[in-house]
Amino acid sequence: MATIIDKSPPPPLPQPTTLQSIGLWLRQPGFLTATPILLLFLAGFVGPLVIVLGFSFLPERTFGFHGEWTVDNYVHILTESYYISFMWSFGLATATVACCLLISYPVSYGLAKVFGRWAAPIMLLLVIPLFVSENVRLFGWYLLLLKGGGIFAGTTNYLFGLDTGTLLYSNGTTLMGMVYVYLPYTLFPTTLGLSLVPKDQVDAAGDLGANRWQVFREVELPIAMPGILIGSLLTFVLAVGAISEAKVLGGANTVVISHAIQHEFTYAQNWPLGSSISMFAIAITGILVIYVMGRLDLDRLLGRR
Amino acid sequence: MESRSKRWTHALIGVWTGVVLLFFFVPIAAVIISSFGKSRYFRFPVKSWSMKWYDQTINANLTENLHLTSLYVAGCVATIALVLGFFGALAFARYDWKGRIFYQRLIMLPIFFPQAVLGLALLLWFTYIGVLPTWEAAVFAHLVWIAPIVTLVISIQVYGFDVSQEEAAYDLGANRWQVFREVTMPALAPGLFSGGLFAFLLSWGNFSLSTYTTGADSTVTEWLYTKMSSGYTPMIPTMGAFSVYGSVIILFMGYIFLIARRRRAAKCA
Repeated sequence: MATIIDKSPPPPLPQPTTLQSIGLWLRQPGFLTATPILLLFLAGFVGPLVIVLGFSFLPERTFGFHGEWTVDNYVHILTESYYISFMWSFGLATATVACCLLISYPVSYGLAKVFGRWAAPIMLLLVIPLFVSENVRLFGWYLLLLKGGGIFAGTTNYLFGLDTGTLLYSNGTTLMGMVYVYLPYTLFPTTLGLSLVPKDQVDAAGDLGANRWQVFREVELPIAMPGILIGSLLTFVLAVGAISEAKVLGGANTVVISHAIQHEFTYAQNWPLGSSISMFAIAITGILVIYVMGRLDLDRLLGRR
Repeated sequence: MESRSKRWTHALIGVWTGVVLLFFFVPIAAVIISSFGKSRYFRFPVKSWSMKWYDQTINANLTENLHLTSLYVAGCVATIALVLGFFGALAFARYDWKGRIFYQRLIMLPIFFPQAVLGLALLLWFTYIGVLPTWEAAVFAHLVWIAPIVTLVISIQVYGFDVSQEEAAYDLGANRWQVFREVTMPALAPGLFSGGLFAFLLSWGNFSLSTYTTGADSTVTEWLYTKMSSGYTPMIPTMGAFSVYGSVIILFMGYIFLIARRRRAAKCA
């Protein structure tokens, strides 16, 4: 079996000057092939973030860079009640991750270890919802839970003559909607992680007298951890940015952070304030993402199947 | 050596997976059921069924425009993301270069980023550099998020690619282009195929990025959201059902294509 990654040619013997070594570095085939996507990254990710950062230091209701720099927006956010929105967003996101992990672990385990040749078709069925727009799927929940004529209420009414009212417009339903929409994002990385667990190691642990729980804690969990972490992180970040769930299923009394941001950018027309709320959200998720990423070996996670 | 408790656990896992599948598909089924209802407002149990909203939706000019916009965006995104992702994946998984570990983490950042915030940031950026929000701008916005995902999908294929095949082809006298066309491309084809499929469908279903960047051009998902937040019209379920049918058909075609390919490869080997 050949090595998967080929080694770049060894550097020439006479030590190159700084300029030459930069030139050599730039001519590495790896860097050359990375260039197109790095350019997209600069123009589509770094650029916008710099602009948001810049706007967050402008006085309120300015639309261009010609005002005085100020930190008023940040002071405003810290002194007003925005922390409630942050707590809702991060609380809901944490709860979503917890629910998704509990729900998806047995399914991932089944896909990786139990279902065998049925794993591929089951996987296909699980993928389909991911590609149906989340708005359509949330609308499905809306139809199910609709007051009076919804499918749940309609069924109980028809069968038992019960009027069950509606579950719509509550925070529990928002959470359910988020779990529903983001479950695949936990499910697939977790499956990837669990498929890295070698069967002989589990068997060996069993032969040495470990019970099911010990095998789970000492063998499966540590090996599958990178996949589980990536899944949780992805779910968490997407859930923090969730915008439709709360609007379609949730009550108007819960203002999540993405609504607060959207509100500043649209109705309130206060871009600087919206930008600084965004910066808070970006900073918190960013620290988390960079921390977790630094601890992952992507080659190992993606390189084995 | 299958112990009894193990069989029980496996049965439970099967049942649980069934429950999760049900949880996944019940809302989608609800949309499809309601699209066949006759009345103006959805009531369950449905009293009378009809195709009249399908008729009306198909004949509306709006339907064609919305789907064309979605199609243009998704088509462009898939094509460009494939090219970027192909080269990005070579840098990600094939070449060992200084800076690769940093690069791997860097290009993951847009995936791990709240999408609504990214959409708004792009809107500000477009305003600042003077780009009007249109469907072309939405293509760019989608790419920022989708190209890294495609890179990851193709990378998984690249990791499994045996580089010595390329070297053997060079030794046999093939030039760079021939090696690329005859060895590298065929070996990576399944990854490219699933990458393209992912890109198309993710773009097709995207809302958070489109809503800030398409401007006057509206996609199907944007229309659905606007209508849903302003109340019920019978065209919502039909339009939603259309997009479900579309995604399912494309996915099944892709799945069958991949299975057929694998069969053929197995036969050749």
